[in-house]
Amino acid sequence: MDTLDLARWQFAITTVYHFFFVPVTLSLVAITAGLQTAWYRTGKDKYLRLTKFYGKLFLINIALGVVTGLVQEFQFGMNWSTYSRFVGDVFGAPLALEGLLAFFLESTFIGLWIFGWDRLPKKVHLACIWMVVLGTQLSAYFILAANSWMQNPVGFRYNAERGRAELTDIGAVLTNKVVLVTYPHTIFAAFMVGGAFVAAVALWHLLRRPGTDTDVFRTALKLGAVIVIAAGAGVAVSGDLQGKVMTEVQPMKMAAAEALYETEKPAAFSAFTVGTLDGSREIFSVKVPYLLSFLATGTFDGEVKGINSLQQAYEELYGPGSYKPNIPLTYWTFRLMIGVGMAAAAVSLWLLWATRKGRAPARWLAWLVVPLPLLPLVANCFGWIFTETGRQPWLVFGLLRTADGVSPGTTTAEVLTSLIGFTALYGVLAVVEVKLLTKSIRAGLPEVGGDAGRDGPDTPEDDESKPLSFAY
Amino acid sequence: MELTTLWFVVIAFLWIGYFVLEGFDFGVGILLRVLGRDEPERRAVVTTIGPVWDGNEVWLIVAGGATFAAFPEWYATLFSGFYLPLFAILVALILRGVALEYRGKRDDLLWRGRMDTLITVGSVIPALLWGITFANLVRGVPLDADHEYVGSLGDLLSPFALLGGVAFTAVFVAHGAIFLALRTTDELRQRANRLAARTGLVAAVLVVAFLLWALNLRGDTASAVVAGAAVVALVAALVANKYRREGWAFTGTALAIALAVTALFVAMFPAVMPSTDPATTLTAVEAASTPYTLKVLTWIAGIFTPLVMLYQGWTYWVFRKRVTVEPVAVA
Repeated sequence: MDTLDLARWQFAITTVYHFFFVPVTLSLVAITAGLQTAWYRTGKDKYLRLTKFYGKLFLINIALGVVTGLVQEFQFGMNWSTYSRFVGDVFGAPLALEGLLAFFLESTFIGLWIFGWDRLPKKVHLACIWMVVLGTQLSAYFILAANSWMQNPVGFRYNAERGRAELTDIGAVLTNKVVLVTYPHTIFAAFMVGGAFVAAVALWHLLRRPGTDTDVFRTALKLGAVIVIAAGAGVAVSGDLQGKVMTEVQPMKMAAAEALYETEKPAAFSAFTVGTLDGSREIFSVKVPYLLSFLATGTFDGEVKGINSLQQAYEELYGPGSYKPNIPLTYWTFRLMIGVGMAAAAVSLWLLWATRKGRAPARWLAWLVVPLPLLPLVANCFGWIFTETGRQPWLVFGLLRTADGVSPGTTTAEVLTSLIGFTALYGVLAVVEVKLLTKSIRAGLPEVGGDAGRDGPDTPEDDESKPLSFAY
Repeated sequence: MELTTLWFVVIAFLWIGYFVLEGFDFGVGILLRVLGRDEPERRAVVTTIGPVWDGNEVWLIVAGGATFAAFPEWYATLFSGFYLPLFAILVALILRGVALEYRGKRDDLLWRGRMDTLITVGSVIPALLWGITFANLVRGVPLDADHEYVGSLGDLLSPFALLGGVAFTAVFVAHGAIFLALRTTDELRQRANRLAARTGLVAAVLVVAFLLWALNLRGDTASAVVAGAAVVALVAALVANKYRREGWAFTGTALAIALAVTALFVAMFPAVMPSTDPATTLTAVEAASTPYTLKVLTWIAGIFTPLVMLYQGWTYWVFRKRVTVEPVAVA
């Protein structure tokens, strides 16, 4: 493999790995904030216990989200210096915005939240976690705006003399039609993960220690399931809108998603295909007529462009070369994203039904459902792999090819070193994270005394004179 | 001020903020096992930086992001050129961050001991490598006509660069010791104070040597004056430390770091990546984004930087109480 392949693998591995933590963090912090708000409003111990329980899981998770994010920011410069020179004028702005508006907010207020339990007034302490929620949302928006610009470059002009893209309209970059549909889609998808996580952890406790905190965990189970279903509906609607925007700005990606070689009108959606996907041979396929037309254009008989005609058009526009992404990869990740996500929503619906009015599902069935959080998480990953590989061979659609963005100066040895280093490190971290999560989940809900809101080993009378001594 | 120059100042400011803030938490991390003799003491040492280290580290992320936005050529040359040092810094920061977050998540002395080792290693490596990186920035590195780095790893490890690395580390250690004296009580505070005096002396010698060499390589009157002020601040910090004026001593090391880094940036300007061949030096103007982008960034930074400083300052105020060593039950 050469530097380019290694750099691509490194980007793919570090990004997908980073993205394991992002959806959990995004949603779990908001759910924790919601639970703490419920406690603040009602004063019920059960909400405080859930806040602390899920809050701790959120903290274990965000630690890895933050440290793996560091790599994301610097590898543009390390492995993709030509890309950085080409897009910095445009792409750098949302990245700088993310740092200044979002990361400072998150990191500072997380510190205040963790250490502020018995130091800040309840209301201020609650506000702190909502500031973290705001920070994570802003972060998601800005980084998606940056990514959306790579999918659909807007608000810039090409400076041929400098050989770079230059920002002309920051408003256009931040209101790119791609980010406007991608942001809600990503957030809803993240909430599916968080909801499934909350529900599965609660279910695990209900099954493993029946009778212990049953009432509290039933609340959590239902809350989680409702979140998955509601977010699932959001994912479907926003995903549908996204499909239409994608068809408009990246028709090749839509054609690749369906492995549609010839332009069709109306176009059918194939739910499942056994074949070669190179357009030559189709052995077996389950098709839903008109569906692809609807997904792509919003009408049941709309025309969907095929890969072959798009390839021809792109060659005329950009010169010779292949403009097709990896078709089997896009075809299957697209289907798995949708299928696995829908399965998660269906399971949650069943859970809600099976636990209605104090009922409980059969134990063996319930145990089967415990791995539920993995479903939306997997769907999230497929979604990203789809959208990023579907853009290939472009790094910035229509402007810069992936092959042209790589750092010319870095050696294969350097990239290989960091690729192996990060992969090994991430592998170890995954083990540590899973162990810590399991341990904290096993520990169950923390007890809170009558003097609710206190944390730490002791709670002396005069809080003001109490030195800082807890948490680590 | 002209926008390119203004943004050079902003980037310098972000790096200065990073080194002043993360400087002391690197120092605390390095001293963790030296100063903390048992688990309760180590816990107290880590707690002094607990609420703030993550916020401190964001200064680095913002410095990186802002460089990408305001000086894409600088960002590209710097991070692709210093590939392996940066890789090592990232690995160290990852291990350190995880160790800090996960240390208290298990009641197990062996676990905590391991995490403490990672915190120390994860603090030494970035301190050393940032010193090496900045020394190389001042000294200049081999660049080609496209401003791509063409040297090898060996080129980055000259005696001057190594001195830079050691000087950065030493001054962070002293800064951290003084911070610990400021933030702890009793026995721990005493020991931190004594340690600050000793490490401060070493730091002062190394910093003076490094700054003299740096000015000799690339310096003018302005950078010499700033460097002189840095040394004065450092000496003042040591005097204040001797008289147990911990607040003043910390202000002194903070100022010394800020001024010393300022001196390096002043010496470098108008270049952002000086090359060993003057013809291929990358200047701020050549590296910069368009005036429109800089204007957008100026508006954003103008509004939000003061806000960030306000709420980060508030964090330090909320956790201003000293950390005591309390016996803890650890299995």
